[in-house]
Amino acid sequence: MGLPKLPKVSDPGLDETAKMLTPQRIEEVINRVIQKETAARLKVYMNTCVHCGLCSDACHWFLSNDRDPRFSPVGKVKQTLWEILRKKGRVDPDFLKECSRIAHTECNVCRRCSMYCPFGIDIAYLLLLVRRICSLLGLVPQFLQDTVNSHAVTLNQMWVKQDEWIDTLQWQEEDARDEVKTARIPLDKEGAEVFYSIIGPEPKILAQLIANMAQIMTVGGVDWTMPSLDGWDNSNMAMYSGDFETMGRVERVHHEAALRLKCRRIVMGECGHAFRGAMYDGPKWLGWKEPPIPLIHAIDFYHELLTSGRIKIKQKFEEPVTVQDPCNVVRGRGLGGKLREIVRMTCANFTEPEPGLEHNYCCGAGGGTINCGPPWKPSRVKGNRVKAEQFEATGAHIIITPCHNCHSGIEDIVAGYNLGMHVKFFSEILVQVMDVPEDLQA
Amino acid sequence: MYDLISRYLVWIAFAVFVFGMAYQFINLVIQAKRDKVIFPYMTWKHSFRSLLHWIVPFASKNMRIRYETTIVTFFFHLCVVLVPIFLTAHVVMFSFAWGPSWSSLSASVTEWITILVLLALVFFLLRRLMLPEVRFVTYPSDYVLLAVAAAPFVTGFIARHQWFDYETMVLIHMIAGAIMLMAIPFTRLSHMLFFPFTRAYMGSEFGAVRNARDW
Ligand code: HEM
Ligand code: SF4
Ligand code: SF4
Repeated sequence: MGLPKLPKVSDPGLDETAKMLTPQRIEEVINRVIQKETAARLKVYMNTCVHCGLCSDACHWFLSNDRDPRFSPVGKVKQTLWEILRKKGRVDPDFLKECSRIAHTECNVCRRCSMYCPFGIDIAYLLLLVRRICSLLGLVPQFLQDTVNSHAVTLNQMWVKQDEWIDTLQWQEEDARDEVKTARIPLDKEGAEVFYSIIGPEPKILAQLIANMAQIMTVGGVDWTMPSLDGWDNSNMAMYSGDFETMGRVERVHHEAALRLKCRRIVMGECGHAFRGAMYDGPKWLGWKEPPIPLIHAIDFYHELLTSGRIKIKQKFEEPVTVQDPCNVVRGRGLGGKLREIVRMTCANFTEPEPGLEHNYCCGAGGGTINCGPPWKPSRVKGNRVKAEQFEATGAHIIITPCHNCHSGIEDIVAGYNLGMHVKFFSEILVQVMDVPEDLQA
Repeated sequence: MYDLISRYLVWIAFAVFVFGMAYQFINLVIQAKRDKVIFPYMTWKHSFRSLLHWIVPFASKNMRIRYETTIVTFFFHLCVVLVPIFLTAHVVMFSFAWGPSWSSLSASVTEWITILVLLALVFFLLRRLMLPEVRFVTYPSDYVLLAVAAAPFVTGFIARHQWFDYETMVLIHMIAGAIMLMAIPFTRLSHMLFFPFTRAYMGSEFGAVRNARDW
């Protein structure tokens, strides 16, 4: 088939490491993974897929690239795993570089395709398996690998040192007090009702979100805490690179930090992949059926605060808004309904995105794809034109995105397609519209 | 020759089919236990909920988007799965009770079923050739599979119309039928066996674990 050549992207994480690979090592790693780490799912999915292509319409990459078959879910599996298995692992480094490009940078492991395949084949799982193989061979896009290295060394994603972490919290506590006089960020408070965790980039580049939360917690009268030591970062890029050993360590430390402080439950900030790691992928790898301590996403928590009346609304947000349903908490946790409820409770002018809820398109940034960094940004933005069209059709000015990956990804889409919209976390809306009782006002 | 085939081949094919399916099923259970994350997460309720939405035509969003495929595939599968199961079962039962008895569906119904199945297979073939996303993932074996599915119907049709030597055609027809039956457990046609399980697993993972719908 005469398909146009895709632009060549150079990435030292792939180009340089590929030079060090030998055929023996490739074959050994592939066969070890297939034999030791896979069983029924791989076998049955491979035997069951009738090559019908019905999963194609699920994928925003396929739809946005004018139905280019190389971007369909099964097309990506064909170009990677089918070939690997057909050749029994005897593939060359250049081929594996392509595998990493496809699996790491052109699939968001968002699982929309599992809702479109008549057999419910988990293509995201198959592409994660490709990532696993690539990762064990060292073939990971450089920027993504750097975040994984940071996780492995510092147990947070952004090389944040402990003194920087505490400094940031102090600074944010002060900022919060400019709005809510009694706002505090209690560190290491044993037995607190809520253990609040966030992702590494928050202290690094979006610190005001921590101040927002301090205000919300104080107004809601929540007994909460954050840890001063490792375990504060709930993000997990190792889950997406394929370095599951590091993924397991990161998740264990996160849960253990909450257990050590004897907290009643973990509330996670507005991030989808972090939730997936803490709730599903991490525990599964560690051999736990469920997380050892109750765990909820911020949407659930805001919903509790608003429906129980712990936080009241002063005046609703007027500008027209729509939402981005983050895959990992909507398709991954069914929080789409609650998200709409809290948005309706706080915003006067809400338009549904179409498609929405479980059928929403991924932001295109999830699954570690945005963490593959600037070299891969053009293809990522091009690969999600349908997202831009979807938002444009809502006529909204603000897109509420309760997920960090979505937030950054959609900012790129808004800029790339000149949508002229703004992207906000829900907490940014909430601090603006909540009723701060007189005695707490600064 | 005719006697030999009509007497034994059908039974051999049945035996291969039944034992092949049993083997695949047992293997599936063993492998699923090794893949530790399968059984702990499965629930009956969510399995059946998902199956229902993917067996009833148009009950899932993708079946509505690709409505033409849904209609064709539904008729096709009704014909290739349900009819032979009931038909052959009836014939076998009849044979046991009253000796040989050949047709239990009227000639015109059989004729229509055959034509519908063949048209459906032509549709699958055209889809495969014309839609880039299907063509891209097509291996030669996919055409072979379509041929294996078509052969019993084509040869049956020819035999009934007595276009060539009738007896030879019936022989070829029986061989084709036997090949298809024996191919089911060992090729991608095993999707017949795996469908309920892959669906049930994904239904459970979406429903019970992730609190979401998968249709
Ligand atoms: C309970 C039994 C079965 C179930 C649930 C089932 C289900 C499916 C499904 C979901 C598809 C997906 C693609 C589509 O809808 O077109 C499919 C395709 C297909 N099935 Fe089945 N199937 C069954 C039995 C069979 C049998 C017995 C045969 C064969 C002879 C068969 C032959 C085919 C063929 C030829 C395709 C089309 C593949 C293509 O696109 O080229 N199926 N089946
Ligand atoms: S991006 Fe989503 S829909 Fe596309 S192949 Fe990956 S998991 Fe499937
Ligand atoms: S993954 Fe499912 S929908 Fe996609 S080609 Fe295979 S069987 Fe068809």
